[in-house]
Amino acid sequence: MLNEFDITALFITLKLAGVSTLILLLLGTPLAWWLSQTRWKLKTILEAIIALPLVLPPTVLGFYLLITLGPNGPVGGMLESLGGASIAFTFTGLVVGSVIYSMPFVVQPLQNAFSGIGRRPMEVAATLRASPLDRFFSIAVPLARSGFITAAVLGFAHTVGEFGVVLMIGGNIPGETQVLSIAIYDHVEALEYGQAHWLAGGLLLLSFLMLMMVYIFNRRFSLMQSDNQ
Amino acid sequence: MIECQLKIKQGGFTLDVEFCAPAKGVTVVFGSSGCGKTTLLRALAGLEKSDDGFLKVGDSIWQDGKNFIPPHMRSVGYVFQEASLFDHLNVRGNLEYGARRAKEAGKDFMGRALDLLDIRPLLERTTEQLSGGERQRVAIARALAVNPDILLMDEPLSALDLKRKKEILPYLDSLHHELDIPLIYVTHSPDEASRLADHLVLLEEGSVVGSGAIDEMLTRFDLPISHGGDATSLIEATVVGHDDRFNLMYLNFSGGQFTVTDRELPLESKVRLRVSARDVSLTQELQTDTSILNIFSAIVDEIVPEGRSQVMVRLKIKDVTMLSCITRKSAELLKLNPGKQVYAQIKSVALLS
Repeated sequence: MLNEFDITALFITLKLAGVSTLILLLLGTPLAWWLSQTRWKLKTILEAIIALPLVLPPTVLGFYLLITLGPNGPVGGMLESLGGASIAFTFTGLVVGSVIYSMPFVVQPLQNAFSGIGRRPMEVAATLRASPLDRFFSIAVPLARSGFITAAVLGFAHTVGEFGVVLMIGGNIPGETQVLSIAIYDHVEALEYGQAHWLAGGLLLLSFLMLMMVYIFNRRFSLMQSDNQ
Repeated sequence: MIECQLKIKQGGFTLDVEFCAPAKGVTVVFGSSGCGKTTLLRALAGLEKSDDGFLKVGDSIWQDGKNFIPPHMRSVGYVFQEASLFDHLNVRGNLEYGARRAKEAGKDFMGRALDLLDIRPLLERTTEQLSGGERQRVAIARALAVNPDILLMDEPLSALDLKRKKEILPYLDSLHHELDIPLIYVTHSPDEASRLADHLVLLEEGSVVGSGAIDEMLTRFDLPISHGGDATSLIEATVVGHDDRFNLMYLNFSGGQFTVTDRELPLESKVRLRVSARDVSLTQELQTDTSILNIFSAIVDEIVPEGRSQVMVRLKIKDVTMLSCITRKSAELLKLNPGKQVYAQIKSVALLS
């Protein structure tokens, strides 16, 4: 069965995924909205940067994060000189890494959903006296509902499933920065297959249920529309 | 009164317009596709930004030089080509969206919009449960429910088939008669223009080629609409009597009385008549042995050539202007000259609205 560290790893993983998803939605929503509306010529550069974690080996990303955030890195050094502590090998470090790593999984569904709305509903709302911010919350957000669900679930699931980045930036400290995916690796290394099974099976089930939720919701959404036609 | 002087550049296209429109009634912006009609309408709503210009609707100035009032702060109602209803709200939600936000809207206006467009039975439906015609009616009511100072409509019938068009047109007629705000209606359909317009703004390649009262505009020889097979004149008339024996109806206009097929309209109702220039023939003497019922004494106002074998004659029947298209030979035989008195025989009349 699960030992004490496994239970902590489970909680750290869920907390990490929850906090990261929240931050991802808060950062990703305005970013995705801006990307879907702007006619800025260089926006493809930004889109490519956001999509980088899709193709980059997680260890590469984790390595650079470690360099940047570590005590000798530009950001970490600045934090230390300000009297703070380096965030490498801390929970905060894990969150920073996860947010960057899962960003495309949140921004892309949102951007697609926002683009799919088109300009027209927003223009109609403008002629009905809605200010830009009012239009965003009363028209764009509800019309992009399925995009938000997809973004939240993918962001959460992808954070739960990451390995390389959290290993590099978190350092696999049991009880502090050890997450489930790494705990499984450790159990396999130590030939503790029974415990690895529990954790791996649990993760498999969790991921499957979350994806089912996305599909059921999107299906019910489209069924709801086709029913009435 | 609407005063408009706007300039907008879009890629290779420039819209540069200047016109005035009356504070009441329907102003039709008429022109072929690509002439900038929609851009003009969007600019009136503030959806397109004019770098410079002047726009005043009633007492509010919406643009003065660089001073630009954004769309949500303009008191407009805008009906787009497609109904563009909000799919996440039902019909009631769509109607209340604007009404809740507009300070000037009260419950009365919502009720009036609902009645004018017959929306009450549709209120609890989702947008997917509406037909194309119903969608457009909801869109019009939604625009009206904010109690705007001006209603803008961008070809609201063009996305509908003929049957749906016929379903919506009576509602547009009632808007025309009931509304006390100006309505700017963009179309490329001569039928819709002659049916609805009180005032006409002719747009060609981004500039206004003419603007004025519809009856004057249709008979101005310097404009393309007064030439060719589509040349028509419009006459406002009132139903004054019915003849049950022959199933006819009598209509008074300022130049006399028309006899037309009875449409069972109530007495005193206002109708608009359209007379095609090709259906008006001229005689020197008053014909008595003729099948034509509508004959009026008229004075020739101006004659211009129409192609090689025809001429277009503008007639005055008292203060009403009418066009007649006849052959050049007939004009010469009748010795037509400005000021000459003739009789206009009108073969057929179309009843609009």
